[in-house]
Amino acid sequence: MRLRQKKILTAYVFLSVPLLFFIVVRFYPMVYSFWLSFTDWDLISPKKNFIGLLNYINIFKDEVFMKAIVNTLKYVVFGVPAVIIVSLYLSLVLNRIKKFQGFYRLLYVMPYITPLVAVSWVWKWMYQQPPIGFINNLLTIFGIDSQPFLMSTSQALPSIVVTTVWVNLGYCVIIFLAGLQTIPQEYIEAAKIDGANRRQILWRITIPLLNPIIVFLAITQSITFLRIFTQVYNMTDQGSGGPLNSTKPLVLYIYQKAFMSFDMGTAATATVILFGIIMVITLVQMLILNKNIEY
Amino acid sequence: MKRFFVLLVLLGVLLTSFTFAAKTKITYWQYFYETKKITIDQLIKEFEKQNPDIEVEHVTFPYANYNQKVASSIPAGVGPDVINLYYGWIPKYVTSGYLIPLPEEDFSKEYLQSQFFSFVSKGIEFNGKYYALPIAVRSLALFWNKKLFEQAGLDPEKPPTTLQELVEYAKRLTVYDKKGNIVQEGLTMQPSGQGHHWIREVLVRQFGGVPYTSDSRTVLYDKTGAGSDVLKFYTDLITVDKVGYPGFMNDDVTAFKAQKAAMTIDGSFRIGTLNKIKGLEWGVAELPSYMGVKSNFASFWANGITTNATQDPKKLEAAVKFIKFLSSPESMKLWLKNVGELPANPELAKEYYDDPVYGAFLRGLEYAHATFFVDESAQRQVMMDAVDKVVLKGISPEVAWREAAEEEQKVLDNFWSSIQ
Repeated sequence: MRLRQKKILTAYVFLSVPLLFFIVVRFYPMVYSFWLSFTDWDLISPKKNFIGLLNYINIFKDEVFMKAIVNTLKYVVFGVPAVIIVSLYLSLVLNRIKKFQGFYRLLYVMPYITPLVAVSWVWKWMYQQPPIGFINNLLTIFGIDSQPFLMSTSQALPSIVVTTVWVNLGYCVIIFLAGLQTIPQEYIEAAKIDGANRRQILWRITIPLLNPIIVFLAITQSITFLRIFTQVYNMTDQGSGGPLNSTKPLVLYIYQKAFMSFDMGTAATATVILFGIIMVITLVQMLILNKNIEY
Repeated sequence: MKRFFVLLVLLGVLLTSFTFAAKTKITYWQYFYETKKITIDQLIKEFEKQNPDIEVEHVTFPYANYNQKVASSIPAGVGPDVINLYYGWIPKYVTSGYLIPLPEEDFSKEYLQSQFFSFVSKGIEFNGKYYALPIAVRSLALFWNKKLFEQAGLDPEKPPTTLQELVEYAKRLTVYDKKGNIVQEGLTMQPSGQGHHWIREVLVRQFGGVPYTSDSRTVLYDKTGAGSDVLKFYTDLITVDKVGYPGFMNDDVTAFKAQKAAMTIDGSFRIGTLNKIKGLEWGVAELPSYMGVKSNFASFWANGITTNATQDPKKLEAAVKFIKFLSSPESMKLWLKNVGELPANPELAKEYYDDPVYGAFLRGLEYAHATFFVDESAQRQVMMDAVDKVVLKGISPEVAWREAAEEEQKVLDNFWSSIQ
């Protein structure tokens, strides 16, 4: 055996450990849940009868499932642009200040590192009706009528989006700041000498050069919002995704089917569909957003 | 000398293995709740003293993953012989081939009728067979806050006894701020808590209806009695009388604990929680009656025998003995004292009728019903949605009630079709 071969062999030996881990911990359950989606397993029964595509046919007749899909897409459509625009703005502002930058950065990261369950409950209490709810009390001070927030079928979902955006801001700000620091200062100086104003610099230089970061965040944030669960489970009455299913995302639907109604077959079917949605959205984003920019 | 020792040790090993072999070992599973665990341990000791040839292994696990744990234990072959489960799960466990019927020679109809409240045998029956026995049961009652009664100028020792009084008291006990926001609820309105049981088993019957057919396959609450008047009565308290609303201070229990709700309908399992709150002076009364009709909702956890125990006739015999022992009046007494749950035996219950705390719950058991749930969370959701539709969407109670019945019928149909 030559040295080169030896080296390659060593590499494979080392790689096999994580590979084995991935096969056992990631791929096996994935394949298994694909298989479950073709069965009528009820969690407790040892029997898993193969029923073909019946679950897939039935699930699209389920109004609650369709509602959950629409809700999930709403979370993405409202949440992802909001979190990216706000965090981009914040990081641009933060990038300009030199003093206390670390302190501010810490401030924005704090929500992200706080356990989501705690965050959800604090926000749930802030959304409460007067005289308990902080936000409603604030509105009252400014003479605005109190709002039902989580108790309304139209406001509950946006309220949860706001909480989630607030949580994810810190992470996105950090990534954007790192991206901003990679933009060569010469480009900006050159543009300034050429007489470009701030807006032109932002739109012609900064944002195009941040494109890979924006793509990365758009994809990871989309996946985060597609898999939203903890906030909804903790912020709605008894984790129901209510009122009237208005906030129920797919993952909560899966959870309820699997562990409250013991309908594992349907839960696995919904999981496979969610997997499909995530994959499609990610591919589309990569195709649309990924552009090579060179100067 | 050495050889003698070896012989002695061998003899010892032989003897101990002999005694072990003579003992039948059964495994008992329940979820972890400290007082329950301690009490069962105590009961097992007593049981083993009475039956020296039986050994009981007691296993507990967190409530949160109860069904997952059970499900994964079957293929692994490490399941229990006797299991403690919520009565509402019996259909699911039976159809999954997990539970076996209680042997008829040991648990006759007469035995069940003489030892347990009538709703028990209904709750543990599935397709004409009985599957599990409770140690204790839970029922609903009206909790009231004595201080808040006083503040409203009401007699703190006189809770409402009829629905009319309940509404009247609730109105007087509700406090609003200048803008009309409720700052203190007269009565909690939380269908996601015990409210949906109150609607289904209590109000429906008091309004002259029946919630389900006796075989539990068909929803009847929209077709019998006053129908949607039940939902109208409930939602009027929220929208017209404005004595409370779902989600006030997050939930009914929090509101009552914080002394921001004057009255609440809750279960006997709440006694322990409320006892811990300093400065909360509460009383508990039977649920208010309406047109002379009293009703209540009862639920329970019960002990059933799994297919595991059938592998060995000795095991089955031990399991039968153990279940009978757990449901004996002596065990129930200890259970009430330690855990605070109500005895399932009517004769024993009568001894506590005058108890200021347990009395109201126990008297309620006489006329209580245990809903035959096929999917409790889905069936609860139906009631929550019915109330939300009227309160949030302004849909008429007639339509919301009819839709609720249709939705719940779907849940029932789904279940019954899956087992045939």
